[in-house]
Amino acid sequence: MFWNPKIECMPADQLRQLQYRELKRLVNNLYSFNKFYRDHMKAQNVTPLDINSIEDITKLPFMYKQDLRDNYPDKMFTVPKNEIVRYHVSSGTSGKPTLVAYTRNDLDYWTEALCRSFTAGGLGPDDTIQISYGYGLFTGGLGAHYGAERVGATVLPSGTGNTERQLEMMKDLGVTAIACTPSYLIHLDTTAKKLGYDWKRDMVLKKAFLGAEPWSEPMRTRIQNDLGIKAYDLYGTSEQAGPMFSECEYQKGVHVWGDIMYVEILDRETGEPLEPGNEGEMAVTMLKKEAMPMIRYRTRDITTLYTDTCECGRTSPRLARITGRCDDMLVIRGINVFPSQVEYTLLQIPEVGDQYMIIVTRDGDLDKMVLQVEIRPEAFSDKVEDMIALRAHIESQLKKYLNIAVQVELKAPGELPRFDGKASRVIDKRKI
Amino acid sequence: MNEYIITQLSIFVNNVPGKLAAVAKTLKDCNVNMKACNLAESTEFGILRAIVEDPDQSCEKLQAKGLIVRKTQLIGIKITDVPGSLYGPAKALGDGGINIEYGYAFTGKKVEGLFIRVDDPEKAITVLQQAGIALIRAAEI
Repeated sequence: MFWNPKIECMPADQLRQLQYRELKRLVNNLYSFNKFYRDHMKAQNVTPLDINSIEDITKLPFMYKQDLRDNYPDKMFTVPKNEIVRYHVSSGTSGKPTLVAYTRNDLDYWTEALCRSFTAGGLGPDDTIQISYGYGLFTGGLGAHYGAERVGATVLPSGTGNTERQLEMMKDLGVTAIACTPSYLIHLDTTAKKLGYDWKRDMVLKKAFLGAEPWSEPMRTRIQNDLGIKAYDLYGTSEQAGPMFSECEYQKGVHVWGDIMYVEILDRETGEPLEPGNEGEMAVTMLKKEAMPMIRYRTRDITTLYTDTCECGRTSPRLARITGRCDDMLVIRGINVFPSQVEYTLLQIPEVGDQYMIIVTRDGDLDKMVLQVEIRPEAFSDKVEDMIALRAHIESQLKKYLNIAVQVELKAPGELPRFDGKASRVIDKRKI
Repeated sequence: MNEYIITQLSIFVNNVPGKLAAVAKTLKDCNVNMKACNLAESTEFGILRAIVEDPDQSCEKLQAKGLIVRKTQLIGIKITDVPGSLYGPAKALGDGGINIEYGYAFTGKKVEGLFIRVDDPEKAITVLQQAGIALIRAAEI
């Protein structure tokens, strides 16, 4: 099944022509209306006249997450404020969020991308899909919601939490598909078994679109076998719009719709583009974006791009699983956590020093974050209960700033490793 | 200072194998002699509480070696080696509205008893003395 076969199966040379035309239009527009990007281009001695093929994209300057923060909230906008119809906000470092703005067309292309993706995964009018992503400032809930509605599926906007009720609705309403984080689906599975549900007897779930956190092939195998469903990798970050791209029934990587997003894989050291099939850092150019530019945006995600035609007949390039990130941003239970946020929080607590270590593990189904901190000598008490109260205080402050539960371990000054130069304060022990 | 106030050193110890040995090595290197001690533990840290000879000087030496050390005031109750000897002091403190945070036993050459940590040691001393309970002097340890 195809949603837009003309684009999805377009021959490669035609697609490159289309991408070139989109890029040319985009760069012309940005050069005229976006001071940030015009200054960027001028600094690199490039004008729209230098763009004469899609390959010329490498002449354009990169964009980084820091650019979004530096231009917060509205200095990056390319359209007048009255053309912006929605904001989403993702958690950022030092309490500074990243704002993403959308025009009506931006929302339409986001939905269009999801329609193609959901259709490729077999979602259609006969399905009932439970959207168990967070609704609100997070892009997951609303993004998946509009895509699923547009393909004609019946949408159950359940959001996150209240797992027992979600299972009850899943059973009563005959839910056939779900969109959520992989760890939440595993949590649903665990809870279902505890409550005596049998996936084959009580449920008619057939497919899951899983994203917003890293997961792996072994997790896919486990989910598919345990629940008797197909589990598809759903990819997309808020900078791109939100969840956008997913897999077809052959599950051979995430299909990227080339008219919407142009993908480059870069050498991690040099930033030079690599040939398809090589692993490197993904940079994306959002060819249709209106409200905010996203040109050669360094995602920090490490992956591989495949350009051969898929078994499903689609010619669109495909992304392998994200195998890591260039920086030390952590995704814990679907929430972005930056070590700098942890640092910022600790600075507000006089009883602790500035050395810390973050250890992430997977405790059963859920990610667990342990934070080791050094206490200051004057905060030490001979009473265990005072120390436990201090620990609880640090935990509640972290919960407030990071929005996730963190287990704190108190250490003596000098116990934690010191770093010369770049600190590596994160140990990620998750086997995913 | 009140002769019945006993100074305890509390030392922070990370709860991992070998850490107590490291602290004990420091005590040895600083020539600190413990008369009584107690270990309290949480999941990731422990607290070594010790009554030592010359607590002020010992504390300085240990801090100079990088240990987290805090001085705390305890009181010592004389306990005799017969059934029921804890009852009198415990009841007196209870009647006086004084809560015992923690305590540990001590058997010395001249005296034996129980060291206890209370929020207001001066008041506890008064309460116990009024009830006729014998207390350990710092000099007797």
